[in-house]
Amino acid sequence: MDQVVYTKDHEWLKIEGNLVTIGVTQFAQEQLGDVVFIELPEVGGELIAGDEAAVIESVKAAGEIAVPIDGVVVAVNEALVDQPDLLNSAPETEGWIFQLTPSEDVEISNFMDAEQYQQFIQDGE
Amino acid sequence: MSESADNRKTMFYDRHVSAGGKMVPFAGYLMPVQYPSGIMQEHLHTRDNAGLFDVSHMGQVLVRGENVVAELERLMPVDLGALAINQQSYATFTSADGGILDDLIITRWAEDTFFLVVNAGCKEQDIAHLKTHLPDSEINYLEHQSLIALQGLRAVEIMAELAPQTETLTFMQGCHTEIGDIECYVTRSGYTGEDGFEISVSDDHALALADRLLDYDYCQWIGLGARDSLRLEAGLCLYGHDMDKNTSPVEAAISWSISKSRRSGCENSGGFLGADTILGHLDNGVSKKRVGFLVEGRAPVREGAEITDSQGNVLGVITSGGFGPTLQAPVAMGYVSTEHSAVGTQLTAMVRGKARPITVAKMPLVPQRYYRG
Repeated sequence: MDQVVYTKDHEWLKIEGNLVTIGVTQFAQEQLGDVVFIELPEVGGELIAGDEAAVIESVKAAGEIAVPIDGVVVAVNEALVDQPDLLNSAPETEGWIFQLTPSEDVEISNFMDAEQYQQFIQDGE
Repeated sequence: MSESADNRKTMFYDRHVSAGGKMVPFAGYLMPVQYPSGIMQEHLHTRDNAGLFDVSHMGQVLVRGENVVAELERLMPVDLGALAINQQSYATFTSADGGILDDLIITRWAEDTFFLVVNAGCKEQDIAHLKTHLPDSEINYLEHQSLIALQGLRAVEIMAELAPQTETLTFMQGCHTEIGDIECYVTRSGYTGEDGFEISVSDDHALALADRLLDYDYCQWIGLGARDSLRLEAGLCLYGHDMDKNTSPVEAAISWSISKSRRSGCENSGGFLGADTILGHLDNGVSKKRVGFLVEGRAPVREGAEITDSQGNVLGVITSGGFGPTLQAPVAMGYVSTEHSAVGTQLTAMVRGKARPITVAKMPLVPQRYYRG
């Protein structure tokens, strides 16, 4: 069974068994503006929660994506190399950034579900 | 980026908000950085259509006096005596040690009257500077005057209809005119590299004027984000970034703004603050200078990035950088030692610990399209 959870840094994690896909939310995409370049992590790299995994460059600024869990990068979205704007047009689907095999089971309670995340955005505004 | 009560609003604040503008503090004002269509679209729209910029945060100052030419010429290396009425010039306020206190546009309104537009972040300091050095002149800060810029290929179509007198102005000329029954001062100028106009109008009529311009379906509000990417592609300096009190106009590669008659060996040579240093730089060369860069790949190289040679020796620093929507590539400018400043020189910029290849490029990076008649 897959499950999608959200972080306070406006990332989404789609958990499918031992595979976690990570990207940024629609809200984050709107804040970033036109994305022109994404620095992707290296496949095979071991990441510790809090490490900088990717950098998203928009026309106006650079934003870092910190990895929210420990794990090993198993895939990156190569489509973003030529089409960084996928991150604007489809941030929560085709614009996924990278996939991890987590070092241990993801503690779902550390994250927000969709409803909690919507509430979090509203409260922040 | 919270809305501080200390930040002022221009007359257009409510218009920006209703247009969906994302308001951010900038030089003491809440200004739109972008609208919902985004910087990329706004930038491209301006080049090929007409973009409307609120630049009311900038300082508009009238300086008047019998001795005004001589007094102002002490502060800037420009031949103001030769400036015809309704003609304008780009200029710098130089410091006693040859640096730049601010850059400005100065327009002659009458034999004894000049109209100055200075940067928002420097305006208080500039006014104090004028008051100190122009004891015989009257300094009048036009606090209740708004300023908008209409820029882009089709700006002239709008102006030709609304104020036919402005259609024949050439780049850096201005005139007093009326749009409808609104009095304003219009110049053929701007800071995007495109043909365009800047319009000074009283606060009372500012909204009515903007609404008339926005009636054209090819005219839209443009935010500070696109203003920055447009001027960067056009090779234009941003004060406080690409030049400041520690750089001379020669180092900043704006020697063209120093009038010939104020240079060594001419009848009106020197006589401005910092002349010894600045003319020395002109005559003997400089050790560092501002250049433009094209960047390999798509990763922008931004302000603060170190510029190095292939051995990793630091040669300078990037002072402005971002993605150029017209070029569809990253663009930057920065300072390097003069021996590395020739067009075509291959260097690297350090971005997050990685060396990105950059090449010194001729500025402007996108051709300017000013109307010169």
